[in-house]
Amino acid sequence: MNHISNTEEDTIKIAQDLAKEIRENDVIALHGNLGMGKSVFARALIRACTDDPELDVPSPTFTLVQLYDTPKGQIAHFDLYRLEDPEEIFDIGWEDALSTGITIIEWPDRLGPYLPRERVDIHLQAGDNGNLTRKILIERVS
Amino acid sequence: MNILGIETSCDETAAAVVNSNGEILSNLVLSQLKEHQAFGGVVPEIAARAHIDHLHTLIAAALKDADIDLEDIDGIAATSGPGLIGGVMIGMIAGKALAASRNLPFIAVNHLEGHALTPRLTDDITFPYLLLLVSGGHTQLLVAEGVGQFTLLGKTLDDAAGECFDKSAKLMGLPYPGGPELQKIAMECADGAAAIERFPLPTPMKGRKEPDFSFSGLKTAVRTHVEALPAGELQRADVADLAYAFQETMADVIADRCTKAMKYFTNNYTTKEPTLVVSGGVAANKVIRARLEKLCNEKGFQSYAPPIKLCGDNAAMIAWAGLERLKKGLKDPLDFKAKPRWPLDEVKA
Repeated sequence: MNHISNTEEDTIKIAQDLAKEIRENDVIALHGNLGMGKSVFARALIRACTDDPELDVPSPTFTLVQLYDTPKGQIAHFDLYRLEDPEEIFDIGWEDALSTGITIIEWPDRLGPYLPRERVDIHLQAGDNGNLTRKILIERVS
Repeated sequence: MNILGIETSCDETAAAVVNSNGEILSNLVLSQLKEHQAFGGVVPEIAARAHIDHLHTLIAAALKDADIDLEDIDGIAATSGPGLIGGVMIGMIAGKALAASRNLPFIAVNHLEGHALTPRLTDDITFPYLLLLVSGGHTQLLVAEGVGQFTLLGKTLDDAAGECFDKSAKLMGLPYPGGPELQKIAMECADGAAAIERFPLPTPMKGRKEPDFSFSGLKTAVRTHVEALPAGELQRADVADLAYAFQETMADVIADRCTKAMKYFTNNYTTKEPTLVVSGGVAANKVIRARLEKLCNEKGFQSYAPPIKLCGDNAAMIAWAGLERLKKGLKDPLDFKAKPRWPLDEVKA
């Protein structure tokens, strides 16, 4: 499904709509370059799943993963920006996360061969009308 | 009193011994010992495995460096959160095992309290003081009122300041680590005022009453500017201008947030000499440091920054926080649970 986002608010709304369709054990892969809004999207998704619009969702770049308890099960929010070798994923709680709830991954290409085949891909790309517009492609693959 | 400190909450595996005179008897950080044969060469940046492989050797080395035996240790302090749960568990369990086997008190230290109490280790700063913690992983403003007593005034709602530096530098095509490279190239900017006019950047949260931070919009704006530059390889002079404008904006935002926090501090605390302590890797940035020193002068605050070596993650700060807690009779049971999320204002006194 293709969406056009003209503002950060649009992106948040798209993430909130997606949250309604998210099920336990879903893996959500957020693709897009620096500054494309991956964290904005992830934050909105996590807040919608926890039903807490004010929830503190800091960037997981430094800690690599942040965990959240939600009515849909635990969400593990990974940011693999700093990963240098796909093998390192096993040192940061990857297998636990996959087996216990929803997994959200920023920089999923860092996983190499370990990117789960069944997943929801979200591609954030620059839009055509202005700097802050985005094309957001959401696709469930298996 | 000698305390052994253990830190494994993120990338660094670290062990240190500190005594009650505030002397750092040893302070070892694995990544700084890369060439050391005993540690088997390369240390991966993501160190969860390095923690378990090297911690015992590092603890032994820290005791040897301090020239004391385990018999002379009076307590074991280990970071028990916040951080990457796997890493935290390794250090915490090692600390508990040592404490149990030697019948020593165990102190579960909050990593952020380690940073927050460092100025008392290095310079005996007295409570209360205002603390700005700015690093790759944390950005927050708080009042340190006492051991285990902190009031959080503001924090980042998204990216940390150091992360914004590194990612913006990357967008500008600068090598890692981006922060120092960005500072270096910004010095090549020929006309600062023109650079700021050429590359207008948002000052997120500026003017807002609560001293919170937000940096992800700033990173996006840097991206937009880079993309608007002529296609092909970026010109050095363009990057210098953009880096200059970026650094000034960061300094503006941080100074603005600190001004709010200072006002709060002055209105709510009585002290003879109000002090702003700046800790964390970003404190090494010369433009930000100069801006904060100027601000302190204007507002009648003393400014203080711990030595750079103690601004990054280390175990001396954990040993010291453990020592301060133990002196107040605060120790923790051996079934203390590691806390991946543990805000400083939820630390017990």
